Amino acid sequence: MSVLDIRDLNLTIGSTPILKNVSLSVAPGEILGLVGESGSGKSMTALAVLGLTPPRATMTGDIRLNGRVISNAPDALMQQVRGREVGIVFQEPMTALNPVMTIGDQVAETVRLHRKVSRKAALAVARSVLDRVGLPADRFPLTRYPHELSGGQRQRVAIAIAIALTPKLLIADEATTALDVTTQAQVLDLLKRLVREDGMGLILITHDLAVVAETCDRLAVMKDGELVEAAPVGRIRTGMTHPYSQRLLANATHAPVRRSRPQAGAAPVLEVQGLVRDYGGAPVLFGKSKTFRAVDDVSLSIQPGESVGLVGESGCGKSTLLRAILALEPPQAGRVRVKGRDITAARGAALKTIRRDIQVVFQDPYGSFDPRWKVRDLVAENFHLLDTRPAPSEARRRIDEMLERVGLNSSAADRYPHEFSGGQRQRIAIARALITEPSVICLDEAVSALDVSVRAQVLDLLADLSDRLGLSYLFVTHDLSVVRTVTDRLLVMQAGKIVEQGETAAVFAAPSHPYTQKLLAATPDLVRNHALEKETVG
Amino acid sequence: MTEVVALSPSTAARARWPLSLVVGLILTAGVIATALIALVWTPYDPAAVDIAAKLTAPSAAHWMGTDHFGRDVLSMIMAGAQNSLIVALVAVGVGAGVGTPLGLLAAARGGWIDELVMRGNDLIFAFPALLLAVMITAVMGPGAINAIIAIGVFNIPVFTRVARGAAQGLWTREYVLAARTAGKSRALISVQHILPNLMSLLIVQAAIQFAVGIVAEAGLSYVGLGAQPPAPSWGRMLAEAQTMIGFAPWLAIMPGLAIFVTVLGLSLTGDGLRDLFDPRVRRER
Repeated sequence: MSVLDIRDLNLTIGSTPILKNVSLSVAPGEILGLVGESGSGKSMTALAVLGLTPPRATMTGDIRLNGRVISNAPDALMQQVRGREVGIVFQEPMTALNPVMTIGDQVAETVRLHRKVSRKAALAVARSVLDRVGLPADRFPLTRYPHELSGGQRQRVAIAIAIALTPKLLIADEATTALDVTTQAQVLDLLKRLVREDGMGLILITHDLAVVAETCDRLAVMKDGELVEAAPVGRIRTGMTHPYSQRLLANATHAPVRRSRPQAGAAPVLEVQGLVRDYGGAPVLFGKSKTFRAVDDVSLSIQPGESVGLVGESGCGKSTLLRAILALEPPQAGRVRVKGRDITAARGAALKTIRRDIQVVFQDPYGSFDPRWKVRDLVAENFHLLDTRPAPSEARRRIDEMLERVGLNSSAADRYPHEFSGGQRQRIAIARALITEPSVICLDEAVSALDVSVRAQVLDLLADLSDRLGLSYLFVTHDLSVVRTVTDRLLVMQAGKIVEQGETAAVFAAPSHPYTQKLLAATPDLVRNHALEKETVG
Repeated sequence: MTEVVALSPSTAARARWPLSLVVGLILTAGVIATALIALVWTPYDPAAVDIAAKLTAPSAAHWMGTDHFGRDVLSMIMAGAQNSLIVALVAVGVGAGVGTPLGLLAAARGGWIDELVMRGNDLIFAFPALLLAVMITAVMGPGAINAIIAIGVFNIPVFTRVARGAAQGLWTREYVLAARTAGKSRALISVQHILPNLMSLLIVQAAIQFAVGIVAEAGLSYVGLGAQPPAPSWGRMLAEAQTMIGFAPWLAIMPGLAIFVTVLGLSLTGDGLRDLFDPRVRRER
């Protein structure tokens, strides 16, 4: 018998259909990967199972948990179901835990909500569950607080809370998305082990096909509230049937066509020498305050037309390095030269002149624009860097031209940023960066927050712009799968230092530093699997 | 920490006005209208002494009664509204006008400038407004100007703190970083990006400080440090009513009610504005 059986689930909010005829089932000990882009309805499906749909939602269809119908069940029953029969782990481990409660109390709380046991007994259960999720007593006593743990450890606590009562079904909603690749691999291993040991069913909700390919038994692809494909996970390799699933896979492994090659002999457009960036600790009354070295003697250079990837896990110092390169923060030592001019020493008009040549696109397509400004004014902001600003009519013409060049309509100029989708906003950000015709563009996780289809389009745009304008890129990212297809060279950063650099293909084929090897091994790799499969089939 | 909410123009237009804002604005408008009418007309001359009619209880002739000099209480309250509103308004203006730029400066520059501004702030904060008013009076003699200066100075650190705290959060936003890579100076970014995104917060704070200012003015007048007779003042009316509360309670109740209505109106306006500008509250409605 299936743990979970959903038949013809329909859900509407107001008059908007959110889920359309969704049918799926999960068997004991099975891992189902629920895949789709944002807004496809995958999270709403999970919330429907938990009876946590929004108040104005109306639902029809059948949800059976261990044979019992729970669709539209009263809240009192669902409170019993949640936690005891279905556990859930969310994306953000920091907000899922209560910061002022110890981890032991948080796990024990779930136990005591559902079982009439003493606090002591509940804490004993908490101890054994925390042991199971890989948080042993000697290093992680029950009295620890969430802020004392790393992101991966917090996610383990969240998993411990979810499985404390050995539910028959566990739902992990993007539970590893916010984690670094090595941590993600460990948490996925943990989930697999728990499923095997307890015979639980697991629904792994994710946007990442590679994670599904490496973790799940079956996959279900959702698009616009519909389940378009349900198949064994091997289908990812042998070929999925629905055009949308095929497109999803193609986009996930998308490699933009790049015609231009970096000019090897030319003078570098960006040159970083011996850069050091310290963060001061809290000031102390006597003696020197402790400092933290975020960037430690980093050197790199980028040739005209070259695309360089800088990868590393969170906290490795890559964002700090980027801010120092952009002269947003002063370095303690070292030099950054843009086309031979030192940006770290420049001030005033000289700095403005250098800034024309180096621009940036940030990660968050929502946070990178002042919400009160129109697109025209946002793009025009960089005209501030020019000695003589173009006349209003000339500025208007150049902005319209630039918006069209990045694939937007010129009518976009008179709208506000919130009227655009994430992908369109990244195009606006690229237009803003390009308006002064720079030589280097730094991309700070610029495609990480985008859906794969949008990501593929933005990567194509970047490749095309590089070909036509001879642009160089510095891709700063934690996601190895992004840089693989779009960069010529790769720099790997760990604890403030560059530990490995080389041609991208060479680094992927034969990583020399142990950290790079670890990073590559942990990265779910759709490209390699896919290519291998094609070779053997062809 | 206060979270700054970015308000997009079209969502603002779509949002429904909270009930507290509507009620608050009606009350406040009533008080302002009263003050304006008092400029051209009051039932009696608020300074006219009529001993024959002294200590009349509220009646058709004197709606709010008369005091021990036979002055009409309604006329005095109407005329006093001007005094209270002007003192509070100018004091909030001084506080916001000096405090906000200081807060923006502290957030933009950081380091020792931030430290200097904030420690100076602590100093003013720790200094009682009443003591300040006494000191000013000692130098300049009593008067409404004293009240304005004392309350205004007391408002400066409030606005500095609000502006600095919220601005610090905004300085780490990517759109501010983008403006910096566009070569804009910190002062220009403060004016173009930071201040507009703080506006909703500052307006709410101003409404709250306005209410506090009305009470503070009444308090200073009560102890004789505010507007001097014969200029009518709610606070002094309360002070004078003190000894007569047993047989002429309306003398205390009427100005008390005036203060109550004004402060309630302004507080509700402040609460309502906060709700209007906060999309999280808006969604729950």
